[in-house]
Amino acid sequence: MVNTKDVTMDQARLEARELARTASAQAIDFRRRPRLGETIIQALLFICAAISILTTVGIVYVLVRDALLFFKLEEVTLWKFFTETMWAPQIGAVGILPLLSATLITSLIAMLVALPLGLGAAIYLSEYASQRVRGLLKPILEILAGVPTVVYGYFALTFMTPVLQALFGRDTVQVYNMASAGLVMGIMILPLVASMSEDALAAVPSQLREGAYGLGATRFETAVRVVLPAALSGILAAFIVAMSRAVGETMIVALAAGAGPALTFNPFQAAETMTGHIARITSGDISYGSIQYDSVFAIGLALFVMTLILNIISGSIVRRFREVYD
Amino acid sequence: MSLHSANEGKYAIEARNMSIYYGTFRAVKQVNLAIERQKITALIGPSGCGKSTVLRSFNRMNDLVASARVEGEILFHGQNLYAPSVDAVEVRRRIGMVFQKPNPFPKSIYENIAFGPRVNGWKGSKSEMDELVERSLRGAALWDEVKDKLHESGLALSGGQQQRLCIARALAVQPEVILMDEPCSALDPISTLKVEELMMELRKDYTIIIVTHSMQQASRASDNTAFFLMDPEDRAGTLIEYGPTNELFMAPKDKRTEEYITGRFG
Repeated sequence: MVNTKDVTMDQARLEARELARTASAQAIDFRRRPRLGETIIQALLFICAAISILTTVGIVYVLVRDALLFFKLEEVTLWKFFTETMWAPQIGAVGILPLLSATLITSLIAMLVALPLGLGAAIYLSEYASQRVRGLLKPILEILAGVPTVVYGYFALTFMTPVLQALFGRDTVQVYNMASAGLVMGIMILPLVASMSEDALAAVPSQLREGAYGLGATRFETAVRVVLPAALSGILAAFIVAMSRAVGETMIVALAAGAGPALTFNPFQAAETMTGHIARITSGDISYGSIQYDSVFAIGLALFVMTLILNIISGSIVRRFREVYD
Repeated sequence: MSLHSANEGKYAIEARNMSIYYGTFRAVKQVNLAIERQKITALIGPSGCGKSTVLRSFNRMNDLVASARVEGEILFHGQNLYAPSVDAVEVRRRIGMVFQKPNPFPKSIYENIAFGPRVNGWKGSKSEMDELVERSLRGAALWDEVKDKLHESGLALSGGQQQRLCIARALAVQPEVILMDEPCSALDPISTLKVEELMMELRKDYTIIIVTHSMQQASRASDNTAFFLMDPEDRAGTLIEYGPTNELFMAPKDKRTEEYITGRFG
């Protein structure tokens, strides 16, 4: 009974297929036809990509062009630019070291805060926190990332500096100082480090964790010895992005680090960073074509090269340490 | 027969009235299963019958699922593995596991093996570790293939070699029991055969429990077989029949077992 039914069904199916085949042999048209919508979309997307590239090219062009004006001046040489210890272009002192050292010191302090705390937060969120806690904490971290930097700047000036003064004494800690700016900058970058590192940790396949647990590893051993190394490239990339963010940060250091170039390695003293200096000089009334005006572009170019190098390093780190887990 | 002798003697692991829940859903119900020492026990059954869940409850891997909960007892050396005082990490050291998909760490072959002993408080010298690594790799029949590239990535090996590396990694912590969760499902037939031969070899020293979808594998490479099925009424995995593999395959006592092994469903 059942068998005969199957046979008739099969026959019907065969016939239908045969019919479809003959019909399609006559009707199918393989000729290319224009698809206007597709072309327009492709063009629009190309324009989007082109705009961002052209903007970058334009910025680099302006930077290099005006920086060259600065370096062509008689009183400026590359040697002086990199070795002199004073920055006051209007009187011919064109050593970028004071600005560079302030940038590096504030960034270093920021990294000392942001890296361990950010990585710790990421490990907690990805390896320890329950679904519910993670759902609660991540938005809070993102709020921290959304605070305007000018707010952070005043936080440094009106909260962090008094705290540091209370801790180390008013004689030691100047009102404007690199430590305060650096610490607050670290807090500002923390969510970035945490979020990017957490992404990297979460991307590690759960089979690796199971493998470690299956061998009697504790949660901490699993996190630190298996998951962390497997996510290393992503975490290093996060660190480098954070570093370029710190180097490029302007508002906090402009408000809290100091308003005058000074070559000092004491973090409790005031010193002006490259970004802070550009912000202060350009907000005053410098005249177009003056040495000060051109010097700003030289600093900008130096900043650009620094972040470019950091990005290249991060790219090569990601490629070099990438661990394929499949 | 006293409880003590039952556990120290014939049986390595004994599940009594074990039910496993995910939240309020009972995934496995009322399983009584005594695993014989130094034998290969196969858990078979169609998808969703709870066999993997049962396997993972033996070394408390289910702890990693927040909603999972086990009722009843699983006895190991006379102790209930789910007693509040028992440390899951310690359990997993004694009851090792090999997973469905080979999951070597993205480290060198050597470091893959050394990981387990190190997290378990290894105090030996470098040369002792070298020996342990060699012994574990020999135990997993992998030594000859990798002895010249111990410091290359474990991920550079073929799928079958990776799975044997994972077995070697499990051996390195010297467990008593090795759980294998469909260890050959991602392997080609030749690699599968190698793993099966290896299991027969390992049986001399270890108790092996293997979940498999392949009935040929269960009939070829196991001493005892447990057949699970999902109860159609409450969707909970149920142990239908358990016995020596040849008996279960040749003369199944339950009609459902017979239907499954003759391929009428599943």
